[in-house]
Order: sequence, then C-alpha cells, then structure tokens
Amino acid sequence: MSERVFAAQALTKVYSSGEVEVRALRDLNLEVWAGEVVVLLGPSGSGKSTLLNIMGGLDHASSGHLFFKGLELTGLNDRDLTAYRRKHVGFVFQFYNLIPSLTAYENVALVTEIAENPMRPDEALALVGLDTRMDHFPSQLSGGEQQRVAIARAIAKRPEVLLCDEPTGALDSKTGIRVIEALLSVNSQLGTTTLIITHNASIQSVADRVLFFADGQISRIQKNETRRAAAELSW
Amino acid sequence: MRALDLKLVRDLVRLWAQALAIALVIAGGVATFVMAVGSYRSLDETRSAYYERFRFADVFALVKRAPKSLVDRIAEIPGVAAIDVRIAKLALLDIPNFREPATGQFISLPEGRQPALNQLYVRAGRQPEPARAEEVVISESFANAHAFAPGARFSAILNGRKRELLVVGIALSPEFIYAIGPGDIMPDNRRFGIIWMSEKALASAYDLDGAFSSVSLKLLRGVSEREVMLRLDALLDRYGGSAAYGRKDQTSHAWLDHELDMLNNMSRTLPPIFLLVAAFLVNLTFSRLVALEREQIGLLKAVGYGNIAVAAHYLKFVILIVLIGIAIGGAAGTWLGINVTGLFGDFFHFPFLVFAKSLDLYVLAAALSAAAAVVGAAGAIREAVSLAPAVAMQPPSPPTFHRVLPARVRIGKVLSQPTIMMVRNVAHHPARAVFTTLGMALATAILVVSLFTRGTMEELIDVTYFLADRQDATVSFVERRSQDVVHQMARLPGVLAVEPYREIPVRIRSGNVERRIMISGRPRDADLSRIIDVDLRPVVLPESGLAISDMLAQILRVEVGDFVEVDLLEGQHRTVALPIAARVEDYFGLRGMMDSGALSRLLREGPTVNSVHLSLDANRLDLLYDAIKRMPTVAGMALQRVSLANFREAVALLITTMAGIYTGLATVIAFGVVYNSARISLSERARELASLRVLGFGQGEVLRILLLELVFLTVVAQPLGWIIGYGLAWIMKTQLAGELMRVRLVVEHPTYVLASAIVIVAAVFSALIVRERVIRLDLVAVLKTRD
Repeated sequence: MSERVFAAQALTKVYSSGEVEVRALRDLNLEVWAGEVVVLLGPSGSGKSTLLNIMGGLDHASSGHLFFKGLELTGLNDRDLTAYRRKHVGFVFQFYNLIPSLTAYENVALVTEIAENPMRPDEALALVGLDTRMDHFPSQLSGGEQQRVAIARAIAKRPEVLLCDEPTGALDSKTGIRVIEALLSVNSQLGTTTLIITHNASIQSVADRVLFFADGQISRIQKNETRRAAAELSW
Repeated sequence: MRALDLKLVRDLVRLWAQALAIALVIAGGVATFVMAVGSYRSLDETRSAYYERFRFADVFALVKRAPKSLVDRIAEIPGVAAIDVRIAKLALLDIPNFREPATGQFISLPEGRQPALNQLYVRAGRQPEPARAEEVVISESFANAHAFAPGARFSAILNGRKRELLVVGIALSPEFIYAIGPGDIMPDNRRFGIIWMSEKALASAYDLDGAFSSVSLKLLRGVSEREVMLRLDALLDRYGGSAAYGRKDQTSHAWLDHELDMLNNMSRTLPPIFLLVAAFLVNLTFSRLVALEREQIGLLKAVGYGNIAVAAHYLKFVILIVLIGIAIGGAAGTWLGINVTGLFGDFFHFPFLVFAKSLDLYVLAAALSAAAAVVGAAGAIREAVSLAPAVAMQPPSPPTFHRVLPARVRIGKVLSQPTIMMVRNVAHHPARAVFTTLGMALATAILVVSLFTRGTMEELIDVTYFLADRQDATVSFVERRSQDVVHQMARLPGVLAVEPYREIPVRIRSGNVERRIMISGRPRDADLSRIIDVDLRPVVLPESGLAISDMLAQILRVEVGDFVEVDLLEGQHRTVALPIAARVEDYFGLRGMMDSGALSRLLREGPTVNSVHLSLDANRLDLLYDAIKRMPTVAGMALQRVSLANFREAVALLITTMAGIYTGLATVIAFGVVYNSARISLSERARELASLRVLGFGQGEVLRILLLELVFLTVVAQPLGWIIGYGLAWIMKTQLAGELMRVRLVVEHPTYVLASAIVIVAAVFSALIVRERVIRLDLVAVLKTRD
C-alpha cells in the first residue's frame, strides 16, 4: 500500500453569514493515498469545495483534525499554511484565475519563482500541450487553453497534491476532455495525488475512487477497479 | 524581471488613466507646496543677500540740519558698526510730456565713492561727477516708467529754484525696493522716483554745506536697537531731529517684509491644505482600488505567496504612482517656483535672484504624499490579505441591503428602480458615500479658497477708495504750514473743496506693547476723507480722544475708553495719556486720528497743516497741475485715481497671479477626485451593470444608473464645500492680516458658483470618459469570468 497523504478526522466547517449558520462539513472522515486520482461528486453546497479548500490550506476548519502526511494542517497558522501551499499544493479552479496582465509563460513563472524545486515554465506548459502559445495573454487564449495554463501553473512546482475545483465546469466537452487528459498525464508522469471536484458524472470513470457528497458528509465511496482513459470519455 | 513585477508594470499600464489621475492629485498638492515655500525662500534669501551686499542700514533718522562734526559722537554710541550721513530732500519734478506733478526723493552721494551704507547697484551709466551739479542717477523703476536712459533730461524745483537735471546713471538700492511717495499708499513709479546727486550740488542747493539731514546706522549683532535709537535721538534733538526708526518702520523694508510675509503665510496656509486634501483623496482612492484587487490577492495567496509578499506587491504599486505624482509635482512646483520668484524679483527690482535649494521640501512633500497613499492602501490590503484565500477568491458575498423605509411603503411607485438602486447603494456604503462627498467638497473648498481673494480685494477697494478716502488728490507740503494755506489752495484752478490735515509721528504704547505711527489731526466734519467704523458707518470724531485702527487696538489690546500713552516725536517731545474714542475700520497701515483742534492743543501750537485733501474739477486738472508745479512748498501730490490703478496692478500680480496658479492646481485636484470616483464606481459595479445590459437596459440607462450616484454626491458636496471653503478662506485671511495691510473677508456668490462650476465641469468631463467605457463594456466577458 502506498503512503497516506491526507487523513481527516471529524472535520467540521461552519460558515456563519449574518443571521444564517451553514454547516458545510459535518464530522467528515477521509483518507487519501499517494498517487491516487479521487473524484468528488455531489450537488452544490454538499461540502466538496469546502473540503478541498481546507485540504489546500485556503480555509480553516471549525473543528476536527486534518493531517497532511505527518503535518496537522488544522493546527497551522496563516504563515505556515502559506508555506504548506507553496511547497506541496497545486490548485486548478473553475474560472482559471489567471492574472490577466501576465502571459501564459509569466503566469507559470509566478509560481516557479517562489517554489523550491520547480520545473521550467516551458516544461510545465509542454506537459499540458501549450508550448506553442506561451507568449499569449489570457485574453488571447480559449477557455480550454486558459485552464491548461492554470494546470501548468499548478503542477510546475511539482506539488505532491493537485486540487481541482470543477476544472471542466466552464468548458465544452471536447475542451474538457483535453483538460482531463492533461490532469491524468501529470498524474501518471509525476505521480501527483489528484483530487477533482466535478458535477459531471461521466468523469468519475477516470478515478481510482469516487466520493459521493451529500449534506456536508461523504455518503458513499465507489472504488473503480480499472480507470478509463480520458480519450474514452464523452458527455 | 520577476513575474510579479511584470504584473505591476502591466497593471500600471492598464490603469494608466486612473494612475495618472491619482498622480495628478498628488502632483497638485506637491507642486503647490514646492512652489509656494520654494519661491518664498528664494525671495527671502535674495533679499538677505541684497541687504548684505549693498549694506542696508539698521537704523534711520531725519534731522533738520546737523553739523558733520556730530558724526564722531554718533560713532561713539555703543553698538554702532557703521555710519552714513547725507542730505535727503523731497522736491517736485517737472518732467517733459508728463502733466501730473511728480516727486523726487533727492539723496546725496559722497564724492567719488559709494556711500558707507545703503549702497547703489548701478544698472547703467555711472555716478555723477562732483563738479557737475546737474548730473543725477535715478532709480530704475522711475527710469523705466518714463523711458529715461542716460542722457535724458528733466527738471526739479530744489529749494524753490528750478534746475535742469541730466541723467547719467540708473541704479537700484536696497533702501528703496518699495518706493512710495508722500501721501500715497502704493508705489507709483511715474510720479515718484529716487534721485541721487553729488553731495556738493545738493548741499549748495539747500544751503547745507558741512551739514547733513539724514543719518543711517549699521549695528553690531546683538545690540539693543531701542537703546541705540534713544541715544541717537538725544544727540540729534537740538538739531531738529525727528525720532529715529528701525527697519521695521522703514517704508521700503516694511512693505517688502509685508509682501514676503504674505507669500510666506500663503505658503503656510494653502499648500498644507492642498497637500492634506490630496493626501485624503489619494487615501480614499487607493483603498477602493486595492479592494477591487481582492480576488487577485486571494489567488496570489493560494499559489503560495505570503502576506508580506502580497502586501509588498500592492505597496509597490501604490508607491510607484506616488513617485510619478511626486515627480510631476516636484518638476511643476520647481518650474512654477522659479517663475514666481522671477515675477516677484522683477516687481521688486532685485538686482539678482538667489534660488534657494530646498531638498527638505521635496522630502517633506514626498513623505506626506507617500504616507497618505500607503495608509490608504494599507487598510484595504490588510483587509484583503486577512481573508482566507478561498474566501478572497470568491466575489464578496452579496451585501445585506436593508429597506430604508418600512416594507409597506412601496417607494417603487414614487421612485424609479434606478433611483432606488442609487439610494440603497448610498445607504449601504455610508462611509464610502460620506468620504466621496467629503472629497468632492474639499475639491470645491480649495477652489473657493483660491478664488476668494478677488471679492475680498474689491471690498477693500470699495471701502478704502469709495467709502473712506473720497478725495481726488492729496497735496503734501515740505514743511508744516499755517492755516492760511487752505485758502491759498482753495483759490487754485479746479479745486472744489479743501480739507486740511496735520500729521505727527508718535510712539503709542499700552503696557509693554509699542508701535510707531502717525496721528493725523483732521477737521471734525471732514467729508472727503471719512472715518469708517467696524460696521462700515462714517463716524464723527469726538472733541477729544483718539480714534485708532481696529488692528492697532487689537495689537495694543485696548478698548474704547481705555487710555494709551503717546510719545509726541515732534515739537516739545512730550509724553501724554490719551483716551481711545473710536476703533476705525481701515485696511492699510496703523494710524491714529483726532480732532485737529485737540491735536493743536496737545502740541501746544497754533493750527498748522502739512497736507490737504482736495476735491477737483476733472476738466481743469491741467491748470491745477501747472499751478502745483510752480509751488516750491509742495513735496508731492497723490492722486486717488492713479493710486487705485496702481493698487489694482500690484494686487493683480501679488494676489491674482498667485490665486490663478492655486486655482489651476485646485482644478487638477478636483478633476482627479471626480474622475477616480466615477472610474472606480464603474469597476466596482461592472458585473451589475453588465447584468442590467443583458436584461435589456440600454447603454444610456445603464450609464444613468452609474452616474446618478456621482451626480447625487457631487450636488450634496457643493454646499458642504462652500462652508469648508469659507472656513479655509477665513483661516487664510486671518493668516494674511498684517500691520501694513489686511482685508475684510468677503466671499462673493460668484466665487461659490465658479468653484462649483469647475467641479461640475470636471464631473461632466469624467462622466464622458466613463461613458466611453460603459459603451465598450464587454457583456459576455464580464459575466462569464469572475474578474
């Protein structure tokens, strides 16, 4: 069995906005293993993004524990969380979140400049098939291309985990498949543990495990004996 | 270059218009400060250098006729470093092709050398030859006014005899930077000039061989001026000396000092206001601008940049804009400062200019602007970095709006939806609305304070020339005359009315506060030159007691009914106690007035006169001028009409030019504020506006929704701006009030209208620029991506 990357114990997150209190996560328990591709499925507000954000050190849990390898993330302060993100985690968001004033190459360089052992920005872009469009600004790239720049930016520092929040959400199926392809190729070449949130049920077949979310908890876990290749997907 | 720095540069390029608008606001503040303080310092240093190099004296005294043997005894007064004695006389001039009688201040020059004190800077020509009695050197401003060059000729009535004079040189003197003729309140270079002659020639004309009539002293450092003056007075007393005076009471120095004081006070009042207003606006703008970057801040944090790195990035952005502003402001301020210094240098006829290098000004202005900007941005940056990255990357959750009125009141029936949106928006961000309003109000206020001097000066002119001193001319005599002169003057052609005056120099004292002033004895029923009280009503002089300038009453801290001590510096040199009978509203100098009979009794002499005010028939002026020119007893004739024109000219330079520069800079600031306000609103509400467009609102409707708030806040800001502007004008008026000149604060309605009009034009101009952007609003792009 490979190494355990994440362990969540009774993880709870409560948002209070004004008079309303929302329990986004309720006593959630989970383990994630190195090199795994995990797909998180579930309706809006079921807690997928909250879990991913806490795993990525973008947000704090209200109670419970979350470990990254030996490190307890739930005990870290802001500065240590920043160091954790910088060293170990890559993010891919639904809306790419590229810096509009930087080219594809420079958006990747933004991360490689502060990482410890990064690949070169052009290498990272080559991994997602964008080595020919490096000097384009986000506004000159299609949605799929922008998302692949975001993936290149996320993996360029050779993170141990790659967290993707609806990476294909804003894309058509053909472009979406190219993006999934890029994610899987990074996973197989670098062995990056990859968690993907999606609303798209057909993507579950590329995962090792599928976590079904409901009401801030994991309602069911499905293990896939074989992973399908991205090329076989369609939606 | 690092990726983050590239982002910095590209963001700056992308936001160039806004960055420039902010930079201009900073530049406006910095330029005002650098210009005002820089030009004041340059002029002050120029004056010091001029005084130093040309040995301007410290103490002055006039005497009827003192023997030169007295010089050694004056030199023995402890603390005297240098002495210069000479002959100084006022005489009427007759200038070819110049109708009005002019006056010359004749000063003797020692043979073949410069005087020991108050030396000349010879601009052209040479000094007079001792043997050539007709040769003279004249002051440059007088020469310019008559286009006199060496070789020019005119005549003068010296001691009753008309003499032809030949100009051989043109010169400047630190003693006559401001040359004001007898009876005048402003310099008139055509009717008053300084004329230097060889001592031999002047002595023979006035029968003063081996004697002098004027003495100047230079004192050692740290010596009591008062002590020296008392000893000098004691020596000169038996030779007909009138009390010695220091630089403070020397006309030229006092006026120059007053002008520089005004510049200094202006530089202390307006620029700090401008700088603070600019700082406030920059603070406001940056806090909103950085708030817009919230999502990018979240992203930078998500990919592993620490709080310090993110904060540093945005601070660099802010500081870069500040630096651009400081550079523009510093350059513009220096350029304006050099020009203003040159302008005043010309006005004062300084022989050279010293430009003070004031690095501290740049540092201070830069530090203040940078601090304001950084503080403004810091709040927003702190807020943004304190959010967890996941939260920061979300657009801010929809703000909780509240009904302004209870639910059952359907304001939708009364107000349109866009108006309701505007009202809710303002009500939801009360702090932002208040600060934006305050920002625009301050823009209006600094315009009011830049523009108010016009109305105030007109008020001064009205009161001085049309309410108080309504005479057409004032004729001053060389020596005091008997009352008969009134009838003599009344018989001159064109004279309609005559009012006699008797002026004596005094020291007036209350407690340990003392001033040297002139007391004029005047007819009780004087109608030409009237006394105006603080409520602008004419007052009749009481039979006894003293009426004094309101400003003097404030300085001496006396009320009507209090007694003051008065040293009479003419005649018997007595000290008397006089009651204050009235406080007088006047704007020039400090003076005392009393009934002429009472003054005669005080002086223990018969009624005498040393000047008369005249009312004239404008059609017979030429005849009158010719008659006056033939009167050897006349020292000079001041004309109100000319005086008013000169005053307007001087005011135009000193106040209107400066006010013009300040108005220009205030306009730049006003535009910067309004433009930034509109532009940031657009960024903040781009999604909302795009959604409205998608729903079917037209460009005009969307623009109206965006601009309604700006219009509302601009309108609300105006009355507030007027109030703040009036307050600032009051502070400035108080700062500018001096013993030589002061004003009554009058802010005319057109001033408010003009100030608001400038801000509104800036608002319309900003709206037009923003309109372009609304038209170009990319609906799909705005809605599809979260920017």
